[in-house]
Amino acid sequence: MSQTGRGCSRRRLASGDGGVRGAPWAAAASGGATGDGGASRRATATVVRWATAGQCDGRRRRLASGDGGASRAISYAAAGCSSRLFSTALNYHIDSPENNPDMPWEFTEANMKKVNEILSHYPSNYKQSGIIPMLDLAQQQHGGWVPVAAMNAIAKIVGVAPIRVYEVATFYTMFNRTKVGKYHLLVCGTTPCMIRGSREIEEALLEHLGVKRNEVTSDGLFSVGEMECMGCCVNAPMIAVADYSKGSEGYTYNYYEDLTPKRVVEIVEMLRRGETPPRGTQNPERKNCGPAGGNTTLHSEPKPPPCRDLDAC
Amino acid sequence: MAFFARAIRHSNPYLRSRAPPPAVAASCRWISPTAAAGSPEAGAAVAPADPEMPPPREPVGGARVELPSNPEDALEVFVDGHAVRIPKGFTVLQACEVAGVDIPRFCYHSRLSIAGNCRMCLVEVEKSPKPVASCAMPALPGMKIKTNTPVAKKAREGVMEFLLMNHPLDCPICDQGGECDLQDQSMAFGADRGRFTEMKRSVVDKNLGPLVKTVMTRCIQCTRCVRFATEVAGVQDLGMLGRGSGEEIGTYVEKLMTSELSGNVIDICPVGALTSKPFAFKARNWELKGTETIDVTDAVGSNIRVDSRGPEVMRIIPRLNEDINEEWISDKTRFCYDGLKRQRLNDPMIRGPDGRFKAVTWRDALAVVAEVLQHVKPEEITGVAGKLSDAESMMALKDFVNKMGSDKVLCEGNGPNPPADLRSNYLMNTSIAGLEKADVFLLVGTQPRVEAAMVNARIRKTVRATQAKVAYIGPPTDFNYDHEHLGTGPQTLVEIAEGRHSFCSTLQSAKNPVIIAGAGLFEREDQDALFSTIQTVAKKFNVVRPDWNGLNVLLLHAAQAAALDLGLVANPTESIKSAKFLYLMGADDVSLDKVPDDAFVVYQGHHGDKAVYRANVILPSSAFSEKEGTYENTEGCTQWTIPAVPTVGDARDDWKIIRALSEVAGAQLPYDSLSGVRDRICMVAPNLLQVDERESCTISSEVKPPVKQQVSSTPFKTVVENFYMTDAITRASKIMAQCSATLLKK
Repeated sequence: MSQTGRGCSRRRLASGDGGVRGAPWAAAASGGATGDGGASRRATATVVRWATAGQCDGRRRRLASGDGGASRAISYAAAGCSSRLFSTALNYHIDSPENNPDMPWEFTEANMKKVNEILSHYPSNYKQSGIIPMLDLAQQQHGGWVPVAAMNAIAKIVGVAPIRVYEVATFYTMFNRTKVGKYHLLVCGTTPCMIRGSREIEEALLEHLGVKRNEVTSDGLFSVGEMECMGCCVNAPMIAVADYSKGSEGYTYNYYEDLTPKRVVEIVEMLRRGETPPRGTQNPERKNCGPAGGNTTLHSEPKPPPCRDLDAC
Repeated sequence: MAFFARAIRHSNPYLRSRAPPPAVAASCRWISPTAAAGSPEAGAAVAPADPEMPPPREPVGGARVELPSNPEDALEVFVDGHAVRIPKGFTVLQACEVAGVDIPRFCYHSRLSIAGNCRMCLVEVEKSPKPVASCAMPALPGMKIKTNTPVAKKAREGVMEFLLMNHPLDCPICDQGGECDLQDQSMAFGADRGRFTEMKRSVVDKNLGPLVKTVMTRCIQCTRCVRFATEVAGVQDLGMLGRGSGEEIGTYVEKLMTSELSGNVIDICPVGALTSKPFAFKARNWELKGTETIDVTDAVGSNIRVDSRGPEVMRIIPRLNEDINEEWISDKTRFCYDGLKRQRLNDPMIRGPDGRFKAVTWRDALAVVAEVLQHVKPEEITGVAGKLSDAESMMALKDFVNKMGSDKVLCEGNGPNPPADLRSNYLMNTSIAGLEKADVFLLVGTQPRVEAAMVNARIRKTVRATQAKVAYIGPPTDFNYDHEHLGTGPQTLVEIAEGRHSFCSTLQSAKNPVIIAGAGLFEREDQDALFSTIQTVAKKFNVVRPDWNGLNVLLLHAAQAAALDLGLVANPTESIKSAKFLYLMGADDVSLDKVPDDAFVVYQGHHGDKAVYRANVILPSSAFSEKEGTYENTEGCTQWTIPAVPTVGDARDDWKIIRALSEVAGAQLPYDSLSGVRDRICMVAPNLLQVDERESCTISSEVKPPVKQQVSSTPFKTVVENFYMTDAITRASKIMAQCSATLLKK
């Protein structure tokens, strides 16, 4: 950006009209910068919510504003806030009665067989390659999340220092390190889904379940998280449901696509009743990712591609 | 700032005005340690250099590159148009260093594994579509590396802009300010403006213990500390957690960094994320006067720089010495300095009839001591040198006590009958650097991790690099590498000597076996038999050969080797029991309860430590940071301390006090200058004057008479109970006390 553009945005940020919008930054700054202990950790959690609000706010303002440079500054600032704080989990562990290193934890006998099977895939001097599949297994066994004791147990099995497992577990966002519901609902928030209304889907879910993002309902059944693109853009918006209610044996991970706020609530209710909603597109007129109302093209059998005559060679 | 100056010079060759390097006509430079380098014939054969090309530079830091003897193992690359020959396997960055181009870097560290994640070392390589991370790219034959092109400069500027995006602008309150790689390199290689207007991220600080202060928001994720902790320190506690912009260095679970080398992460951190906690906000690095000296808290003699401001030692940092401590030092070395300011003895003092000390003048104090000396029998005089004594003062003490008619002069820690006849019997003959060639280690009664942390770091380095095997005989203890615990007592050693132990096969197949015996064995009753058993083992498994001497003793104290060289070898139990006049020169760890009640005890030292409680007269002396002294480390390498700060109060150098006392007592020593003492030392132990050299012992240990003693079955003892507090200085240190309280395992 040019020097003028920078100056302009600076002025805009400093000006009084940022008062409302300034709040989330202030909250974010204090949340991150304050010292230690639970207070700041709680503050960081607040920031996540604030930042989303800030982003919506910024979007509306941009639509309303006519000034190009200034609106750009706002959207940048809002995006900056949110992209930094979207991360759902902390990068450190806080001891709690249900999650602490002294807790005994080991794989069940059935899962231990799977662990041995996983380890058999790798050479004996590269056992640490099994960390990811084992974390996944531990997550399924432990109701959708990996306690620090499980990570320690895995470190022991593969013979590395526990920190090497912590590094992996914190890197991958699909490993939950705090408690989630038996049905973990992951709303896709990437651009195509967002354009097709993923925010409304999430709002409907949160309102229906009466929780905030990354909170677990009081009955322990549901939690709502956010995820980046899961490759279903053609059927946007979509959610993924990780079903931990039946342990690692009955574990499923299903996509529900072409959602409406109404339909997503129906799906939640079906899950609550123990039913299995049909996975894939929820639009009755569509089949998989084909167009509504059946195919409009490619009606005949496709012609094979031309191929030179191999016998003639 | 030297880096900055170099960087400026590199970034614009035309800025270089003074001291141009000698004009070499050859554009091809052969970097080799031999005199053939840059010979005129070689130069004549090559066409004269392009007039537009800047003249070639000297290798960075005067580094010398040893090319392999086989010419096929060397290759030639071109750095900014100049050809350089390098060994195979060098990276592009190393090739540039040989060519004299200092590449900016953050994550690359020559002693750690290569991470390649900071991207600051980008250079342009011809025919490569993108700039290349030079630290991680092996140099290939004929590679044309360009470090000064617009592409390379723009790449660095871009990387620097990204690094500075999330870096707080708190240089004015940052302890790294003035010696910060990020600061220097952003001045030299960064752009003059950034385009980032958003909020910077912030990271919660971690508690790594009483030594390392963290300001994690400043971290640029170079992972040097993670690699240091994993590879050198051997404590896998630190890791890189999270991803993307949320990435941070941490321990995940609450954990202190419990390594004896943890202070080194302060040095390797290129920014102010990890700084010294005791030094926080105490001084700026440009106010400090650096004095290159050595450490005396253990027998390694680590090379250090004492940074002082006025009369105060502000901090201690390591100095590079490849043969001893590389570029690391232990936490005890680094943080014991606050002990130099506490509990110091300022004035000569005499204990009055009421049991209280009264400050007196030197004249009075010496007169009292001389008076007492007149009234004791010569054989009742005993002199004890402390573990921090330098060779000069031990020489003076020995001469003085001898002149008074007694031969009871000893150094604490050397035991009743130290093997002082042959130098090779009490030195680390393999040398510390030589340990890297070993493939099997047998540690007998020594816990190197607490006795000599730098030797332990070297063993760990060897174990990591070559999978060398380590076996240990002694009480259960902490190791930060794989080891086999063979047993706790001498019986195991006897079993090995008799070839009955399962470890014998490993020793038999070893190419360069090393045996390290702890100096704690000196204190044992059966030490003669023990050392003879160790020698049997050495002989049996070919540990000592003409080309390899793997039989070592790891000493405990800085004074020990020089004391044995100078012959301070009296039996402590008998000498102290029978003493009527006990002269303690900084000796606090002698068994004071054995001193007879009617004995007159003179304590000459710098700290009011244990022995002061028994002393009748106190003579204040200077500490190692305040005097010029000769020390010999455990491998027999002589080194000097250089005074960094003035002495406190009325204290004097140890040898001068003894010289003055000798005059008052009427037994004047024949030297009154430092060179005079050293001339005298030269007559007793000439090796103590050959600084930075290791004089190997040529006489083999086989001339020793046979030992009739029997090995006892008492297990070996732990010699150093508390790594952080081993001598008068460290016991007076508050930081060391904090470390003992928080870091030692209960």
